[in-house]
Amino acid sequence: MNEGIGHCPIDARLQHMLSEPLVITVSFLYLGLLFAIAYWADRRADSGRSVIANPTVYALSLAVYCTAWTYYGSVGRAAATGIGFLPIYLGPTLAATLWVFLLRKMVRISKSQRITSIADFVSSRYGKSHLLGGLVTIIAVVGVLPYIALQLKAISSSFSILIHYPEVMLPGSAITLPVWQDTAFYIALLLAAFTILFGTRHLDASERHEGMVAAIAFESIVKLMALTAVGLFTTFWLYDGFGDVVYHAQQAGHLKTRLIPEGSANTWFSFSLLSALAVVLLPRQFQVAVVENSGENQLRRAIWLFPLYLLLINLFVLPIALAGQLQFAGIGVDADTYVLTLPIAHQQQWLALFSYLGGLSAATGMVIVETIALSTMVCNDLVMPGLLRRWRYQAASMDISRTLLLIRRGAIFVVLMLGYSYFRLAGEAYALVAIGLISFTAVAQFAPVMIGGLYWRGGTRSGALAALSAGFLVWIYTLLLPSFAKSGWLARDFLDLGPFGITLLKPQALFGLEGLDEISHCLFWSLTFNIGAYLIVSSMRLPNADETTQATRFVDAMKHSRPIAASLWRGSAQVADLINLTARFLGEDRARESFTDYFSNERNLDDDAELPADAETVEFAETLLAGAIGSASARVMVASVVQEEPLGLDEVMDILDEASQIRAYSYELEKKSRELEAATAELKAANIKLLELDHLKDDFMSSVTHELRTPLTSIRAFSEILRDDPKIDLAERKRFLGIIVEETERLTRLVNQVLDLAKIESGHAVWTSSEVDLVEVIRHAIDTSGQLILDRGGKLHHRIAVESALVWADRDRLMQVMLNLLSNAAKFMAKEAGRVDIELRQEPALYRVMVQDNGAGIPREQQTIIFEKFRQGSTNSAHPMGTGLGLPISREIIEHFGGRLTVKSTPGKGAIFSFELPCATCGAANPSEKTGQEA
Amino acid sequence: MAKKVLIVDDELNITISVEFLMRREGFDVSVAKDGEEGLSMIRSWMPDLVLLDVMMPKMDGFEVCRTVRADASLADVRIVMLTAKGREAEVEKGLSLGADAYIPKPFSTSELVSRVKSLLETGT
Repeated sequence: MNEGIGHCPIDARLQHMLSEPLVITVSFLYLGLLFAIAYWADRRADSGRSVIANPTVYALSLAVYCTAWTYYGSVGRAAATGIGFLPIYLGPTLAATLWVFLLRKMVRISKSQRITSIADFVSSRYGKSHLLGGLVTIIAVVGVLPYIALQLKAISSSFSILIHYPEVMLPGSAITLPVWQDTAFYIALLLAAFTILFGTRHLDASERHEGMVAAIAFESIVKLMALTAVGLFTTFWLYDGFGDVVYHAQQAGHLKTRLIPEGSANTWFSFSLLSALAVVLLPRQFQVAVVENSGENQLRRAIWLFPLYLLLINLFVLPIALAGQLQFAGIGVDADTYVLTLPIAHQQQWLALFSYLGGLSAATGMVIVETIALSTMVCNDLVMPGLLRRWRYQAASMDISRTLLLIRRGAIFVVLMLGYSYFRLAGEAYALVAIGLISFTAVAQFAPVMIGGLYWRGGTRSGALAALSAGFLVWIYTLLLPSFAKSGWLARDFLDLGPFGITLLKPQALFGLEGLDEISHCLFWSLTFNIGAYLIVSSMRLPNADETTQATRFVDAMKHSRPIAASLWRGSAQVADLINLTARFLGEDRARESFTDYFSNERNLDDDAELPADAETVEFAETLLAGAIGSASARVMVASVVQEEPLGLDEVMDILDEASQIRAYSYELEKKSRELEAATAELKAANIKLLELDHLKDDFMSSVTHELRTPLTSIRAFSEILRDDPKIDLAERKRFLGIIVEETERLTRLVNQVLDLAKIESGHAVWTSSEVDLVEVIRHAIDTSGQLILDRGGKLHHRIAVESALVWADRDRLMQVMLNLLSNAAKFMAKEAGRVDIELRQEPALYRVMVQDNGAGIPREQQTIIFEKFRQGSTNSAHPMGTGLGLPISREIIEHFGGRLTVKSTPGKGAIFSFELPCATCGAANPSEKTGQEA
Repeated sequence: MAKKVLIVDDELNITISVEFLMRREGFDVSVAKDGEEGLSMIRSWMPDLVLLDVMMPKMDGFEVCRTVRADASLADVRIVMLTAKGREAEVEKGLSLGADAYIPKPFSTSELVSRVKSLLETGT
């Protein structure tokens, strides 16, 4: 049966340790364990403690990407081409960085539309077309069948190899055996049964297969551990680390060309691109990455964890490949089997068994998920449309949900049998890697319509159909048919010479394009025709109503938290009809439960089936059905129970316009509300300011009261003393009366100044403005208060450098300022040898007046305070009899005429008060223009 | 021995009148012109009673009162706050800081004298 290709020294005691019954038992135990995990995860999910909500489990489930093709094939490819196996993992790693945008959007759309498969996704995007869904399904099935065949081949080969332990004996051609003696056949049957158990417990495909995902994640761990175990054994047990393996390989001459990648940069680029696309577009990848996704935030961990997984699983590929070549040099052991044959050759039976289990897990994981995904597509997009047509003429039995389950189970069985058939027919034609790449190239045809559909509104159903057909046909012509020819089922002539001898049409050198490997060649031409057809055919007509509706839902998916497009439906329906319809597909209980939930949670209504359904309810029913039978079928089914009035494109555009108007309007509203917020903030600030002002006024009043009470206190006290005690001697009596008079004057001054300041501040002051000569004002002020300085023993000096100094001002007010400054100077000048200096200067466009004393000066921290009300400069001597309002009033006056009043002082060296006023004759703008407050 | 009364106020005319009133009652009187000077005289001269203004340069009356009350050796010193700030809140503040009386300006001379006398004789 099997041809012994080579063997190693046999240890008699170990013979038959890995007998056929043992390997079969272990395989069953392993599958049983998987089922137990799935069962456990399903149970947890039912009780609301989902295991797959964990982002790590999600990332591990994505590793279903690594199939037997990775497990066995990478080593094979490494043996042939050095690091040529890497692009298959480089592509997904690079693509992972784009997942934040691309995959997140797909997930968002799929959740809101209850997308069940990649066929459903494409069909839904282009107006829920059955035809399109069917085409995608056919491409997927045809494209992926070889890939499933490959997994069956891997399991059956590894099984055959293992049971011959400790001999290294490669299986012969299975095709020579009758089917009932072929292990692969039984494996296919077993996997079909297993997948049916896993995948069709519930009907609603959009409901996640939690158990399956948990089992897949577990399988990812097993295959990684197994491959790593073999790698560690090879690298560190057989050799002394990576360097040692490479050294030996070099010595043996295996390394000369191996590590340098064979093929051109084109090959690397196209393989990376292919695998970057395949990691999302393969039906099983779409299933785990999108359909089974349970939360967008899971992507964040997957973005780095999945590439890390790929890195780890490839870590030992090269050492194993090199060690295998060293071990089996000249014996002709297939490099694809090194992972298994290396442990066998070294009599590591348990490691061999573990390695076999790793391969088994890689293969079963792929087969289970792929078949579930394909069966959903076959059921919803190929079988359902036919059934729906039949049911139009002939009432269906009430129990459609059972029918659907049967269809889906049948589809699983058929897909696996087709895979087996392909294995029987073509399994020997190609190395493992080639088969995988053929599948990748097939699903890459989905990329333009998928990615284009996510970002371009202009794509139409016809465009998508043309794109997929063109790409698929080119794929068949340049890759599938040649592979048939190479397998000997077709005459090679058309491959070598071109059809009918036309060399320009040679399948693998189309239009004279030579020098590329067959995969890059196919990828180039198929995508060129695909994208070209998509763009050209799409632009031949505008999208119709349905396409526009769906385009909006897809392209704008990230803009709305809820789809806006529920309004894109018009018609009439009864809720009862909708419930009955869904009940036929989902079962009475689930349908009723879903609707009750919907009415009470989403719409806040009591369930009332008698109500006519509105657009939103119809939309809900359709989405609910879509989860079970796909969006296109759901559309047809719902249409059968509602009287829809089809919307024209104009109307759809109107509604979308309205929606965008609503968006614009809500943008306006947001803007308004921001403006309101700003206004509120301003009001608040104003209010705080008012409160502050109020507080200031309060303080002012309090200060005024205080200042009024102080002289009043003295006046009252001395009045009472004089009244109560007539015997006070005359001198004292005179002194006390003097104080009373003095305090009364102070009181009068205070009252006048408070009123004055209040008037100025409120803008009610009367200003009599005219051209005033500062020189005259200063001389007059000196005449008036010079005596005061002389009385206090001081001297007054002045320096007036100009003949006249005309300013625009109120003469009496200016006089008030001068007198205030002079009396202050007199008050604060030195007690001994007091001196006050007055100076008038002309500066560019202004006059400056300075009043300097030689007193104690004003500390820096008080230099601003003294211009505030009631804040007099303190002195160590007796309290100066000021009101604390002189300087504030003076400043108000000077500023009123466009000038400034400031102080400069060095403590201990006196103070200089100076004010400046614009020169009235210097050609500057007449300052009175500014003084709009004049009453 | 005559009781000692310290007047702390920055208004010259007010201190003149209050000093006259206190001397007429036979008390031993001293005058301080601001808070700091007042506080140091309280410590050095140990008056029986202080007539304390609130709004003063350097250290205000509240601060002086707080400092005195924080010093156990000055526990016997009676404090009468004497101020033109007559708002309720300020009266409360003065009393809560430990002043024995709070007399708003302008005061009645006879009332001031009787409050001072009663505080010195009976402690109330």
